Amino acid sequence: MLEIARVSVAYGQHRAVDDVALRVAKGEIVVVLGANGSGKSSLLKTIARVLPSAPGGSVRLAGREIADLPPHAVVEAGLALVPEGRGIFGELTVRENLMLGAFARRARAGEAANLARVLALFPRLGERLGQAARTMSGGEQQMVAIGRALMSAPDILLLDEPSLGLAPLICGELFRALTRIREGGIGILLVEQNAKRSLAIADRGYLMAQGRLVGEGDAARLRADPAVQRAYLGHFDAA
Amino acid sequence: MRRGAVIVAIAALALGLLAFVPWIADGYQLSLAIGILNYAVLATAWTLFSGPTRYVSLATVAFFGIGAYTVAVLGEVLAWPVVLLIALGTGSVVALVVGFATLRLSGVYFVIFTFGLAELIRQVVTWFEVNVTRTLGRYVFVDISQEQIYWQLLGLTALVFGAGYAIRRSRLGLALRVIGDDEVVARHLGIGTTAAKVALFTFSAGFMTLCGAIMAPRWTYIDPAIAFNPVVSFQVLIMALLGGAHRLYGPLLGVIPLTLLFEFLLARFPNHFSILIGLAFMAIVYAIPRGITGLVEQASARLRRGAAP
Repeated sequence: MLEIARVSVAYGQHRAVDDVALRVAKGEIVVVLGANGSGKSSLLKTIARVLPSAPGGSVRLAGREIADLPPHAVVEAGLALVPEGRGIFGELTVRENLMLGAFARRARAGEAANLARVLALFPRLGERLGQAARTMSGGEQQMVAIGRALMSAPDILLLDEPSLGLAPLICGELFRALTRIREGGIGILLVEQNAKRSLAIADRGYLMAQGRLVGEGDAARLRADPAVQRAYLGHFDAA
Repeated sequence: MRRGAVIVAIAALALGLLAFVPWIADGYQLSLAIGILNYAVLATAWTLFSGPTRYVSLATVAFFGIGAYTVAVLGEVLAWPVVLLIALGTGSVVALVVGFATLRLSGVYFVIFTFGLAELIRQVVTWFEVNVTRTLGRYVFVDISQEQIYWQLLGLTALVFGAGYAIRRSRLGLALRVIGDDEVVARHLGIGTTAAKVALFTFSAGFMTLCGAIMAPRWTYIDPAIAFNPVVSFQVLIMALLGGAHRLYGPLLGVIPLTLLFEFLLARFPNHFSILIGLAFMAIVYAIPRGITGLVEQASARLRRGAAP
């Protein structure tokens, strides 16, 4: 279970994230929706400790405070981030990229079992283990990035815009994979602009604008909410 | 697996053959061979750290000089293996301290700091010798022959290659390659990047220190300007770049031609040596940015393409 409270991020005078609180339970997909620049990426980065958060905030993982840990210790505590733009290593093979995910001490014992689980989730990666990651399509690279994060045997998985720049078909495949990851008991916090798809698989959602949370609720209720439809689902009034 | 065994066998055979050089070569050839091995150790050790992480270090001579000075101070007092161990310990401790202090820096800041470090150590040693021991310069009287220097360097070369091979195949080696690509991503993969960098920096510095200690008996007289000569750091850098820092055997391909070239330049144009070295540096970076290994890989890829259809 991930619980954050009073989390803020500031770039100089500008507050990108302002006093945000949210929680993600085991086996639950939670989506944070927001337009470009609403602060959702900064929120994920500060949870993963890649960005420093302003003092006073709390990030708790299974009851343990992790807001003061260095980034690599956060992975050790059970939190894995699939970064925006994937961050895979093009010159390394798919297998090497995946193995890097198992660098954390918590993941080393179960390395073989985790790899089998990732390959069952994305069978396509199994056919291409020896291939340099840069030669793969965008969707396959995103699978490598997600697979790599899963190799650290996380309790909570954070994903920063996984659908960005992907064809709809591939996108659907990825989102179905996320629901299967949820079945394994992992909690997923997803930051997305693609509201329709993410609300279709999510259990709950938060709405973010100008660094603040402006709404939250069950995914089904958000999907039906006319304000959400107008703002995020592309139902524009005829102008 | 089988390819690995073949590589190890070829390397062992080459080392075995090279061990006979002192019986065949005359004095001048032996000293050339020592020069090549010296730079082979330094450039390969440099590549162990700077190759994967892409942190360009100019501190090579700082550690080399620490090794040489340890021998100058303790060489007559203690048994040779003990002297080597003390040199290794001193170099490693300095590398650890420096590593923790500086490896949070990156890019050009790191380059400048390492250059400054070598100068700082030289100045400290000079100050100490002038003000405390009141002798600038020491005589190195250690009973070690040129042949013995050669064999020790050959052993050290084998060690540095063995270590490099083992590291590249380890989890740490993979982690370091990734740090060079994208340090932020490496961190949130759970890699303690600072610890990994410091560990390898220290390891690489240990080899440089040992190399300096082994080389020290070649000079009978040593002073800070000789032991901490910054040109050595630059030469090591040029050699590693010419060879190619992304392969373990890369630096060796740069060391051999450049040691011979430097030898020739020093003998023929002693007064213009620095200028010519600078020109060589520029020509290398401009003409073969990926080094000789890059050229070799390009050529073999072209051959394979030609043979395929």
